[in-house]
Amino acid sequence: MSNDDKQHRIRISGGRHIDPANNTDKIQDIYVAAGKIAALGRAPDGFNVEIEIDASDQIVCPGLIDLCARLREPGQEYKATIASESLAAASGGITTLCCPPDTNPVIDTPAVTEFIRLRAAAAGKARIVTLAALTKGLGGEQLSEMAALKKAGCVGVSNATKPLLNSLIQRRALEYAATYDLTVFLYANDHWLANSGCAHEGRVATRLGLPGIPEAAETAAVARDLALIEQTGVRAHFCRLTTGRAVQMVARAQFDGAEVTADAAMPYLYLSEVDISDFDSQCHLQPPLRTVEDRQRLRDALQQGTLSALCSDHQPHEADAKLRPFPATEPGISGLDSLLPLSLQLVDEQAINMQDLLHRLTAGPAKILGLPYGTMTIGASADICIFHPGMIWQLDSSTIQSRGHNTPFMGREFKGRVTHTLLAGNLVYSLD
Amino acid sequence: MSRDNLQIDGNGQLRHFLSISGLSRQLLIDILDTAESFAGVTEQTVKKVPLLRGKTIVNLFFEASTRTRTTFELAAKRLSADVLNINITQSSASKGETLLDTLRNLEAMHVDMFIVRHADSGAAHFIAQNIAPHVSVINAGDGRHSHPTQAMLDMFTIRRVKGPDFGRLRVAIVGDITHSRVARSQIHALNLLNTGEVRIVAPKTLIPAHAEALGTHVFHDLREGIKDVDIIIMLRLQHERMQGALLPSEHEYFELFGLTESKLAYASPDVTVMHPGPINRGVEMDSEVADGPRSVILEQVTHGIAVRMAIMSMAMSPKEAPVN
Repeated sequence: MSNDDKQHRIRISGGRHIDPANNTDKIQDIYVAAGKIAALGRAPDGFNVEIEIDASDQIVCPGLIDLCARLREPGQEYKATIASESLAAASGGITTLCCPPDTNPVIDTPAVTEFIRLRAAAAGKARIVTLAALTKGLGGEQLSEMAALKKAGCVGVSNATKPLLNSLIQRRALEYAATYDLTVFLYANDHWLANSGCAHEGRVATRLGLPGIPEAAETAAVARDLALIEQTGVRAHFCRLTTGRAVQMVARAQFDGAEVTADAAMPYLYLSEVDISDFDSQCHLQPPLRTVEDRQRLRDALQQGTLSALCSDHQPHEADAKLRPFPATEPGISGLDSLLPLSLQLVDEQAINMQDLLHRLTAGPAKILGLPYGTMTIGASADICIFHPGMIWQLDSSTIQSRGHNTPFMGREFKGRVTHTLLAGNLVYSLD
Repeated sequence: MSRDNLQIDGNGQLRHFLSISGLSRQLLIDILDTAESFAGVTEQTVKKVPLLRGKTIVNLFFEASTRTRTTFELAAKRLSADVLNINITQSSASKGETLLDTLRNLEAMHVDMFIVRHADSGAAHFIAQNIAPHVSVINAGDGRHSHPTQAMLDMFTIRRVKGPDFGRLRVAIVGDITHSRVARSQIHALNLLNTGEVRIVAPKTLIPAHAEALGTHVFHDLREGIKDVDIIIMLRLQHERMQGALLPSEHEYFELFGLTESKLAYASPDVTVMHPGPINRGVEMDSEVADGPRSVILEQVTHGIAVRMAIMSMAMSPKEAPVN
């Protein structure tokens, strides 16, 4: 970040410091200077503290990295803006957001990337990185100018949720991306098998008469893409897998040595097809919430590391987007505010330990994005999240920071709240 | 959950009629009994009772319908209500007014009840959740989800023909279960009334995932599926099923699943044949069967009026607090 003059010398004292990248978990002071981690444990010589943050009884970890957040700008500013969602990220301890290319206009020219970068810098609350479109306009026909987009700062390429119907174009796109050492972010969904459905093809959709999306819509796409990943040698990441079977296929490919990673999105670890029983449009997601068994297998894979990142899949909406009959509502959950508290609940439920959980929220996604963040190594950017693991609070219309109030967790009591967020040494959020 | 409570008020009275699931067995029986008393009215020369005099009922149809809309209209008029028919086609809905706006506008006209048909599953629930508290909503078909008044008139017909003990009955529903709101509601109602066995019969392309979880036995062969059954309900096959690669041709469907006199021989000797209409003659069934002695298809239509009168009057019966 550019505003060096605001960067103070900060001591974060007395907190439990967890840095999964360095396998650190101990109570020690942290010293920040010039926007970077200056020292751990003992103050550097001559360090005069300008700001003291008392982190007693709190956990101090690297700022969270969210692999997938829709900020709705440019194009859908009536839903949210880069400024509004950056603020929500900061209050949730998230310092880096990765924005997929399905903005309007699509991120298929350096100008759009630059626009987002400038807006993010103006907001100054979170670092926003972008994925470039894999094909022009996400149309699935012509390759985007990937080399130029990489030069403009895009950290990877993706066709977002628009599937490439033509396997040959998918192959060419992966090959071209591999030429420029770009990671391809894939959303596995077979367009034809999904057949305009709006719910998991299973017991609940059958009872409610909702058009179903079969498990095979995901697994068939993963199978095709794994074959093409192997063929092209591209580095690839599967975004937001939802079925146990697809996770198993990725685990197998990893075992066989493929350079492939995958993540889970938070809603799929807590909700299932059962949650749409009431035609609750807040639980209308795309891909759909799967079975209770799938949810368990996602949790297991997160714990084991097959899924090496946990993202919010943040999709803020205006209220009207959900005020229709279920199939006609827009899918997605506003997730920035609940990413950390729901994650901590996984630890409470003993689904994963704290160190591994924070890895999936920091070093895991940093590695996937190829970014030097998500760690508190000395010299690293001082992106820091400080949270009180025991603090009880309620997510409601007065506490939610995202402009999108569309979340089935509204009204939920959470344990664990962010008290301070530092982005490159700047205090971008503090509770009180 | 609210889904269940939505239909019933604090005193266990019917408030909205949205789906069979969420209702009690006793309430279904109450509906059938009430319908029985109205059946007398519809057979009199003066076919009106003053139960809903002064009430305004709106038939709000977002999908085309003749039979269902007409029988609702007749039922409302026989209860002495004022009836307004509003057909909102796809094109006018796409002018930009949202469903909620449409409802707010009609609500402002002090309507007492909406009869709603909509192409989206869950539409009736959505409307009931968002409507003013004094307005009742009756689901006249939402997407593939539910068509509960049709199911009740079918139960009424079965009870009239076979008597009140559903426990000794085997019922086979034949045809496109996947896309059928009628079948879903019938299956729920039959199971709630403790029917001995509920079977569904169709090729795999027309059976939804985990159909057995609905409480049915699944058959893919018509002869096996209707063997010894007491009731056969044939469903209408939509012509567009051929385009979606669900079936090769109407010809092959009729060969394998069409009901003919010779296939009927596999069923119980006193089998009754039903169909929610409109029939595709030569696709789901032969004219010989449709017009034959075992068919009660036209009785179903007649019963539709009494059953809908029962449901409308029960949903509009005075509630704990006086309206307005």
